[in-house]
Amino acid sequence: MTSFEKWFYGETDVLNHAMDEAREPDSPDHARKERVKARLAEIRETEQYRERVENSRKEFRGLYLAVTAVGAIALIGVLLYVTACLPEYGAENPHTLEVITRYIEKGLEETGAVNIVSGIILDYRAFDTLGESHVLFTALICSMLLLRLDRKNMRSDHEDYYTVRTDKFFDLSADQIFRRVGAFLVPSIFIFGIYVVLNGQVSPGGGFSGGAILGAGLILFSASFGFEKVDRIFTRKVSSIITLCSLGFYSFAKGYVFFTGANGIENHIPKGTPGNILSGGMILPLDIAVGLVVGCTMFGFYSLFRRGSIGGNGAATGKSSK
Amino acid sequence: MEIREIFTILLLIILILCAIAVNFTKNLLSAVVIFMAYSLIMAIVWAMMRSPDLAITEAAVGAGVSGTLFLVTLKKVHLEDKIVSDLIEIDLDESEEETAEVGEGAQV
Repeated sequence: MTSFEKWFYGETDVLNHAMDEAREPDSPDHARKERVKARLAEIRETEQYRERVENSRKEFRGLYLAVTAVGAIALIGVLLYVTACLPEYGAENPHTLEVITRYIEKGLEETGAVNIVSGIILDYRAFDTLGESHVLFTALICSMLLLRLDRKNMRSDHEDYYTVRTDKFFDLSADQIFRRVGAFLVPSIFIFGIYVVLNGQVSPGGGFSGGAILGAGLILFSASFGFEKVDRIFTRKVSSIITLCSLGFYSFAKGYVFFTGANGIENHIPKGTPGNILSGGMILPLDIAVGLVVGCTMFGFYSLFRRGSIGGNGAATGKSSK
Repeated sequence: MEIREIFTILLLIILILCAIAVNFTKNLLSAVVIFMAYSLIMAIVWAMMRSPDLAITEAAVGAGVSGTLFLVTLKKVHLEDKIVSDLIEIDLDESEEETAEVGEGAQV
């Protein structure tokens, strides 16, 4: 049995070192007191600062209220006016009639997707979806920059222990009701998410919604069974690889289609029979790519918010292995 | 009036009430719950407007993930408050100890 198989069946844990419990470091008493005093000075400073800000703000409160009220009423008026100018719900809109007719009449033929919405967002308007996936990716990078606890951005040597201890405050995995409900819900949520991702071209759904469901399932899984279970399969490295591969595949596939489409070349992607799962040309693989990116991003947000790392590779647990 | 129309109007009224209530709720936890309820009602409205794609996304993102992120942030913020109050208690204990030591020294 190779080490990979052993890891796969859960006999050994490659993260054993990384997952060591962080112990409270034996810090001398006076160091602790120093820290407390420094922290308290910080708090007092901020409190005084807050009071000063409050006092200066009181003078502007009346003006502020008046400006807010006027602004809000003006915004409501503008929005209501614009809404009144829109065509009635369900009526034909003459300005977009041409595009809509084209989508409805030729959408099935040109994209091969029964669900025209999927055909539009992943074929006609695939560039928008590409941008959306990259926006999500950028958002994940930004929250990693801000929230990830690294050895280089800790305020003190004990912040890793602090993070682990505060994370215990969130731990609901001892709660029996939550555990039981999670045991029932998590598999069904995963199956539903995979169904939504894979059937994007024949039924409502698609990459983004399915990925969000998958991410929510991962969040519920980690909340009800603890992060250790998720860390076995979903580390920061795995998340990075999945995101990179998906976004790279999306960009290359769509770049190919755009290139051939713009130059009038045949793109050799089979459309398939409409209504089958293997239909719609590139829509199914693109749906899977988008779903994976969205799922990783959703769980990444949650993990970063809660403990400052994805997959336990952060400072909180990585440092104690040294 | 059909039942469907009445139901739609009822949903829209609850939607507007939720949107206003989020702004005027003092308790942050209630605000998050109202926000999630807003997203859930919005998902039903999307489904009634025959766009199930949006309904699924709204239910998963609006009511599920973003609500969870809000709750986690809220808990962290309250935790910070709790730790700060703990620190202040420690500080008070220490100052008492110091005065006691000074008092002993004076007696000797």
